[in-house]
Amino acid sequence: MGKTYETVIGLEVHVELATRTKIFCGCKTAFGARPNTLVCPVCLGMPGTLPVLNRKVAELAASVGLSLHCEVNRVTRFDRKNYFYPDNPQNYQISQLYLPICRDGRLTLSEGRTIRIHEIHAEEDAGKLMHEERSGETLVDYNRAGVPLIEIVTEPDFRSGEEVIAFLEQLKTTIEYLEASDCKLQEGSLRVDVNLSIKEQGSERLGVRTEMKNLNSFHAILRAIKVEGERQRRILEDGGSISLETRRWDDAKGESFPMRSKEEVRDYRYFPDPDLPAVHLSEAWIETLRSRLPEMRKEKKERFILEYGVPEYDAELLTGSIYLARLFERTVALGVPPKKVSNFLMGEGLRLLREKEMDAKDIKLTPEGFARLIAMNEEKRITNAVAKEVFEAAFDSGIDPEAYVAGRGLMTVRDEDLLRKTVEKVIAENEKSVRDYLGGKEKALSFLVGQTMKAMKGQAEPATVTALLKELLSV
Amino acid sequence: MILELTALELSEKIRRGEIGVCEALEAVFRRIDEREDALHCYITLNRQQALWEAREVQKKVSSGKLTGPLAGVPIAVKDNLCTKGLRTTCGSRMLESFVPPYDATAVARLREAGAILIGKTNMDEFAMGNATESSAFGCTKNPWDEARSAGGSSGGSAAAVAARECFAALGTDTGGSVRQPASHCGVVGLKPTYGTVSRHGLIAYCSSMDQVGPVTKDVRDCAALLTCIAGLDERDATSVRREGVDYLAALSKGGEAALGLRIGIPREYFDEGADLEVLEAVRKAARRLKELGAVTEEFSLGLTEYVVPTYYTIACGEASSNLERYDGMKYGLRVQGEGLNDTYLRTRTQGFGEEVKRRLLLGAFVLSEGFYDAYYLKALKVRRKIRETLTEAFRSYDLILGPVAPTAAPLLGEAGKDPLKAWLADVYTVSANLTGMPAMSLPFGRTAKGLPVGVQLTAAPFQEERLLQAGLALSQE
Repeated sequence: MGKTYETVIGLEVHVELATRTKIFCGCKTAFGARPNTLVCPVCLGMPGTLPVLNRKVAELAASVGLSLHCEVNRVTRFDRKNYFYPDNPQNYQISQLYLPICRDGRLTLSEGRTIRIHEIHAEEDAGKLMHEERSGETLVDYNRAGVPLIEIVTEPDFRSGEEVIAFLEQLKTTIEYLEASDCKLQEGSLRVDVNLSIKEQGSERLGVRTEMKNLNSFHAILRAIKVEGERQRRILEDGGSISLETRRWDDAKGESFPMRSKEEVRDYRYFPDPDLPAVHLSEAWIETLRSRLPEMRKEKKERFILEYGVPEYDAELLTGSIYLARLFERTVALGVPPKKVSNFLMGEGLRLLREKEMDAKDIKLTPEGFARLIAMNEEKRITNAVAKEVFEAAFDSGIDPEAYVAGRGLMTVRDEDLLRKTVEKVIAENEKSVRDYLGGKEKALSFLVGQTMKAMKGQAEPATVTALLKELLSV
Repeated sequence: MILELTALELSEKIRRGEIGVCEALEAVFRRIDEREDALHCYITLNRQQALWEAREVQKKVSSGKLTGPLAGVPIAVKDNLCTKGLRTTCGSRMLESFVPPYDATAVARLREAGAILIGKTNMDEFAMGNATESSAFGCTKNPWDEARSAGGSSGGSAAAVAARECFAALGTDTGGSVRQPASHCGVVGLKPTYGTVSRHGLIAYCSSMDQVGPVTKDVRDCAALLTCIAGLDERDATSVRREGVDYLAALSKGGEAALGLRIGIPREYFDEGADLEVLEAVRKAARRLKELGAVTEEFSLGLTEYVVPTYYTIACGEASSNLERYDGMKYGLRVQGEGLNDTYLRTRTQGFGEEVKRRLLLGAFVLSEGFYDAYYLKALKVRRKIRETLTEAFRSYDLILGPVAPTAAPLLGEAGKDPLKAWLADVYTVSANLTGMPAMSLPFGRTAKGLPVGVQLTAAPFQEERLLQAGLALSQE
């Protein structure tokens, strides 16, 4: 009794590569287009068509591999994975089994543990099936068929869900820095399958694993790992045994269901694709690629501290996403003091990302707009309150801050008469607070300032309002 | 008589204004009307469109815009090459109503050169067979003896050229499918080096061996057609760049080309059970080449007993994957069943014929887990050995001479009786496909019954010029 178990996790991470065109034809890879509009005879698997490798795929896949300290294979080739399913127009997927593009890498988590990468292989995505509830029909959209993917396969080196999330966050940042993918879980450009087993603490022998699919958020991954670990533990404690199977996570129900067991495992009849000659990657090509790798997070963070005098904590957060870091740098490059830019991003920016559950990639505010916004604020043409409002409005819409301010008349009011009238009105309507203030309660003044600001829709300088109130209330 | 002209002779007369493009085309269609019921060379005819195209080409020829050696020449195309807007069946029920939205590169190049596409020729289903008897649309008969097979799988193309139902044709050759019917029908057939002609638009049977090749009345026409269709194509990753090759120009040497050529004749070829008349044709060809100044020599090639099993293991393996796309979901035949798997099952059961099913099952088996290493992988290794053996032979010889098929055209129905025997008949032709090397079938005499017999010349990769030169020398009296 009282055995303690340890969770052992390995990941298969599918990442859609951000190429302009598909992996084996010239069709665009855009997301969200009308069904079957981004297709051609090749990605529809029409008779007589042939795949031709998009060179950019090899470039991006190898770049990701180099960033993860992988060995890039000098000779890599594609294999066919055969299975009948209508999402795949040819009924085989072109993937890599025997000679994947990268092998044997690692990613070190910020808390220090190292996760080994088994391999990275390139492959084509399948189309999307859509089940029509009303008619009972199933329709296929082949827009996604042939979109390039890499599959990053880790060794079973994780011991907790937290480690998995830390790994995925770092991986996402790395891939975003390389601009190799959008890494959006919701849109499916980042897909994570979790292989999980449990074993007795200290035991060398791995248990029977299950593979978990349909994990659409980091939150779902974390929860699924916890629930699956507990499920396996319960089975073992009840004297049962785990069956090797693929399970589908249902996030609404908070539990998983078996999809297919490995006993009915498909025989994919892999063999080298005769339509695609082996790709020879020269030492020189790999070295050129390595030398062109962009500045990664760690280096960028250090540079932010040195070059812009950004505190370490801020630099850490600002470089957490290439898109945030880029907005910072490009705005600063327009002559705005780094401190001002960083204050906005660290305060308002991070708050908005959190509250709107936004990805930093989707920030629409341009460096130019941001710079003008800060300038308006600096020149006291808009108040701090208005600046925050404009920042929020422009953040995910990209609206021009100057146009926004002008369109809504948000410029700070300098009209003494209007201000005086407003203050008089506030005094008249808040007799009790006025009495309190006159009676010595300083706090009451703040309330009156607030009421005036509210009546002015934030477009007055608080200092001016305070002075005016004091003047009118001084006996 | 227009129909007796070669393609090159015809195009010259068209250029000179002695024969009109429509006139030539009408002559061909008259011949088709006379013989097609008996021979069945075509699956689909392109009558209306061809006439319209002929008028357009005539204008371009008359105005000097089109001057090439194929301008205005009526040409037939095997029905596994995609033709935009024209049904392409691959000889199968599965694609009975399939109309491709694009032209195969070889077809597009012919059109650009001003050739008139007159129809799609009959073939073994998905090019699997060597008698054109596995076609879902009936067999093609040999123009020299209608009780006999035209050979296959490009039987329709070879018979059409022999019967003057076209001036030249395209076939495809995966294991001898251009050369063997050419031999049986008494015409010239060439399988170019793998990669010479783009496979874009060629409906795949075995991707690593399929090649498009000309079927023609003589060697010069063969060179002209090859010059037109060869070349790098960015839509086929296995196609190869060879700058400025003009195979026709390479023929200017004439008969002298054979002078000093070293010709090897594999001794094993005489032990494979070929008919004496076939072997006599090979010996006669050797003597003729010697007279022309070539050095001929028998030698032991080796591995010949492995070529047929290696070929079928690899070809069926690839085919089982290539033909997975025919599932009734996107194009072609669909036999609705209850649910997805049942629809797959019914569609493929009714859509494919016996020979195709035989090869798909064998192919799925050799690729399956637990058997891959023992069959498919081993076959790939033997294939490499065979390539080494032939490469070694080409260190000593410029060309290899041998038979094309063990017999002249067999009686109809023979191929279906004993499938294994039919497969073994590919022993002389499949080596060129396994190794990617170019090979040509050349008519060389007749049997006592009056049936044509061909001989085969094989060369090292990209030595088509030498092959054509020797072929020309050999075919000149």
